[in-house]
Amino acid sequence: MNWQHRTPRARLALWGFWFATVALFVWCWGLMTERTMWVFVQDAPRAAADIGSRAWPPRWSYMEQLWQPLWDTLNIATLGTLLGVVMAVPLAFLAASNTTPSRLVLRPAALLLIVASRSINSLIWALLLVSILGPGLLAGIIAIAFRSVGFVGKLLYEAIEETDVRQIEAVTATGAGPAQVLHYAIVPQVLPTFLGISVFRWDINIRESAILGLVGAGGLGMQLQASLNVLAWPQVLMICIVILGTVIASEWVSGKVRRALI
Amino acid sequence: MSHPTTWRRPPQIVKSRFWRIALSLGALVYLTLALQSVDVNWTRVAEGMERGQRFIAGFLTPDFTTRWRDISQGLVESLTMTLTSTVAGIALSIPVGIGAARNIAPRWLHAICRSIIAVSRSLQEIIVAIFFVALFGFGAFAGFLTLTFATIGFIGKLLADDIEEIDAKQAEAIRATGASWWQLINYGVQPQVMPRLIGLSLYRLDINFRESAVIGIVGAGGIGGTLDTSLSRYEYGSAGAILLIIIAIVMASEYASSRMRGWLK
Repeated sequence: MNWQHRTPRARLALWGFWFATVALFVWCWGLMTERTMWVFVQDAPRAAADIGSRAWPPRWSYMEQLWQPLWDTLNIATLGTLLGVVMAVPLAFLAASNTTPSRLVLRPAALLLIVASRSINSLIWALLLVSILGPGLLAGIIAIAFRSVGFVGKLLYEAIEETDVRQIEAVTATGAGPAQVLHYAIVPQVLPTFLGISVFRWDINIRESAILGLVGAGGLGMQLQASLNVLAWPQVLMICIVILGTVIASEWVSGKVRRALI
Repeated sequence: MSHPTTWRRPPQIVKSRFWRIALSLGALVYLTLALQSVDVNWTRVAEGMERGQRFIAGFLTPDFTTRWRDISQGLVESLTMTLTSTVAGIALSIPVGIGAARNIAPRWLHAICRSIIAVSRSLQEIIVAIFFVALFGFGAFAGFLTLTFATIGFIGKLLADDIEEIDAKQAEAIRATGASWWQLINYGVQPQVMPRLIGLSLYRLDINFRESAVIGIVGAGGIGGTLDTSLSRYEYGSAGAILLIIIAIVMASEYASSRMRGWLK
C-alpha cells in the first residue's frame, strides 16, 4: 500500500469540487457564447495581421498634438486626487470608530458613502457625469474624485482606528480639547500613511484618467476615441505608447515618494 | 534671557524650511496653471443640473421592468464572463506563475514568464478590450479574452512572488527523498502556496466582475454596454436600476470573498 496525500473522503470531495467547477464552466461558456459570431473569431488572426501591418510604424509626428491632452490627463488625475482627498478626510474621521462623533447615525452613513464610491468604477462615474455635466475636463476630474473618496477614505479610516491609544491618552491628560487631541495626537500618527495612500491613489488615477476620455471626459482617451473612429491605427499605436510611458513614469514617481515617506 | 513660552508642533515630513517653502510655491504655481487649463462651460453645467436631478430621482426610483430583457441579458453575460474568465485565467496563470518563480524555474523560462506578466499588468483592461473587440467582433467573447489576459498578469505575479518566498527547507526535504521535479511541485511547493492561491482567486473573481461592468462600454459585452445604452437614451430610471444591481453584487461578492478568505486562514 502506497502512502497517499489525502484520505479517501477528502479525495472524493476534491473530485466532486473539480467536477462541479468544470460543469459550471461549461454551462457558463454555453450561455456566454450564445450570441458570439464565430466567423469573426475565426477571422481574428487575419484581422490581427491586417491591423498590425496598418499600425506599424507609429506616427511619431502626431506627438505634437498629444502634449495638450497629456497635460489634461495629468491635471485630471492630480486635481481629481486633490478633490477626492479633500472629501475623503472628513469622511474618514466620521467613519473611524475612535473619532466619530456619532456611532449610530454618522458612522454608518459615512461607511455607506465609502462603499458606494468604491463599488463604482471611475469610467462609470465619468459616463454618468458626462451625461449630466457635458463632455470636458470637469466631468473627468469629478469622476476621479468620486472614485478616490472611497479608496482613500477606507484606507485612512483603518489607519485612524489603528492609532496608538496611549499617545492620545497622554495628550488628553495634559488637558487638551478634542481639536487639540486631533492635531497633536492623531494627525502626527496617520500623516505618513495618509500621504502614502494619496500618492498611491494618484498613481492609479493617472492610469484611469488616460482612458476616461473614451466616454468624453477629456485627456488622452479623447484622442484615442477620435483616432479609433477614423481607424487611424498608427495614431492609436502612438497614443498607446504615450499612455504606457506615462503610466511607467507615474509608477516610478509614486514608488520613490512612498519609499521616502516610510 | 527669554525663552519661548508656547510650544509648536515641529514639522513632520519636510524638515528643511527652504524645501517647505519651495514645495508650497511649486504646488501653488502648478495649481494656478492647472486650474486655468480647465475651462468649464457653465451654461452647459447649469443645464446639466436639471438632468442631474432627474438622475438622482431615477436612482431613488429605479425602473427594473421597462428594460428588464436588456438588463438581464447584460447581467447574464457579465456573470458568465466573470466566471469563465477567472477559471481560464487561473488555469493559464499557474504555469506562468511557476515559470516566473526564480527558485524553481530555469533562467530563460523565468525571463519569458516575467515579461508575459509585465505586459499583461501594464496594459489597462479597457485598451486591451478595444483591441480584442476590433479583432474578435463585439460581444462577450472579446470581454472573456480581455479578463482572462488581465487575470494571467495579476495571479501570475502574486503566485510567482509567493513561490519565491516559500520555505526552502520543506522543498529540500522533498528533494532529498529523490523526488522528481513534478513531485517537488506537487508535494513541496503546492501545499505551501495553495491557501494564498485560493484567496487570490476569490479576490480576482471579485475584480473581474467589477471590470466586466466596465469593458462593456467599449463593446465587449456585459452589463456595461446596457448601462451605456440607457444613459445615452437618458433613461435614468433604468440606469439607476443597473447601478443598484452592480453595487449590490459588488458588495455581496466582497462580503462573501472576505468571509471565505477569513475562513481559509
